[in-house]
Amino acid sequence: MSKTTKKKTTKRKTSKKKWARVDGRKPDELRPIHIESGVIPNADGSAYIEMGRNKIIVGVYGPREMHPKRFSKPNMGILRCRYHMAPFSVDPRRSPAPSRRDQEISMVMTDAIEPALFLERYPRSVIDVFVEIIEADGGTRCASINAAAVALADAGIPMKDLVSSCAAGKYEGNLILDLGDYEDKNGESDVPVAYLPKNDQVTLLQMEGIMTQDETEKCIELAIEGCKQIYEIQKEALKKKYGMVEAAEETEEAPEEEEPVEEAEEE
Amino acid sequence: MSEKFETRDIVVPGDLLYEGRIRTGENTFRSEGNVYSNKVGLVNYSKDRVSVIALEGTYTPLVGDLVVGMVSDIELGQWVVDISTSVNAILTMPDAINKSFRTNFDMTSVLDVGDIVVAKIVDLDRRRTPILSILGRDLGKVHEGFIMKITPSKIPRLIGKKGSMINMILRGTRCQITIGQNGKILINGRNREDEELVVKVIHKIETEAHTSGLTNRIQEYLRTIKEDRN
Repeated sequence: MSKTTKKKTTKRKTSKKKWARVDGRKPDELRPIHIESGVIPNADGSAYIEMGRNKIIVGVYGPREMHPKRFSKPNMGILRCRYHMAPFSVDPRRSPAPSRRDQEISMVMTDAIEPALFLERYPRSVIDVFVEIIEADGGTRCASINAAAVALADAGIPMKDLVSSCAAGKYEGNLILDLGDYEDKNGESDVPVAYLPKNDQVTLLQMEGIMTQDETEKCIELAIEGCKQIYEIQKEALKKKYGMVEAAEETEEAPEEEEPVEEAEEE
Repeated sequence: MSEKFETRDIVVPGDLLYEGRIRTGENTFRSEGNVYSNKVGLVNYSKDRVSVIALEGTYTPLVGDLVVGMVSDIELGQWVVDISTSVNAILTMPDAINKSFRTNFDMTSVLDVGDIVVAKIVDLDRRRTPILSILGRDLGKVHEGFIMKITPSKIPRLIGKKGSMINMILRGTRCQITIGQNGKILINGRNREDEELVVKVIHKIETEAHTSGLTNRIQEYLRTIKEDRN
């Protein structure tokens, strides 16, 4: 242990002027993010996210009848998230059975997303969110929340806002945004944050490792800045699904009004 | 006191639509004096209100709606019907049988578990459970045809202005089509080809529901497919 810390300090001294992250990013730079909505035709809503080397697919079902019925609430709906890592998502292979970690992340995801939903509109029912990690590269809980928010919006579930999530942390004495797997495992600290940009509200705040109070505050601010960037990417992803068709039909005539409720005549 | 988008722009949940006092229409909500969208959709500003036409949506049952559902359970004196809402609908015996009956009546002789029914929502009870009825013309158990599902928010588009879209499809394909407001469509044609044509057209409507001039484009589409076939 002492050996490694010694090594780190010497390393920092020698490369103090040109400190770079393991993947060459700037300290406040996100990994490349790609989000796609509506990828599972049989689900009510779905999304796929690539955040760095993370690959995650999310399906949303509901609001639908809750089974077993005794778990439903008479005054509001329930959000149920299931976070699951595929056996091949990490090296070495991981058991597909749900672990303690999976349970915890399912819970924090539910708590992070719930404030964005109007659950009181769906009493006695449930909204199911299934998160499957296909490839993991650090910060999967944040990436999962980002994808789940897009999938919920894609399902047409009323939301107050999209939920954006991003981690910040400390690695080799520097505060950095959006930790990758290596920085996560070898760094000093990790702070995942989920954020509702409209209300300036933090819905998830966890912390691992050691930092001073000042550093922690800076880290949270850094993570929130990252969330705001991701928020824009999420919006784009939702609009992209419709953008392509619309661009092609730009020259069409006046918009047609929609008739709200009209019944089909049978012949 | 200002509009933040143009009418028919695509908005996403949490987008600020209007700053200031205005009535909130469909799929919008007010927070701290401003109006926001709560769904993905097309924003619509009218004189005194702002609303969003949802592009994706779950079905909210309303009294008078025609729905297509599946009987999922039989309880004491009532059928439970899955109409893909947040809570299952209830069909009671007086709403299903148009004559006097005794308590030992065999309910499966009318509807059994797994049967598909076309029903009308006649009421929402005090827990907002939809109450169905199958007494009426063209309602009741379905014997033939198949079901396809689309997003419930696109049903108005499929029907069109005063039924213009659906009537055009009916004329063009000679199929029987029953549209459930819950996004389930019952199709029954004379042959497989006609039915496949309906499925193709409905898919096209679903993917292009948010564009303008759709009726004319669908008419053209129907014609080209038919020409290809002949």
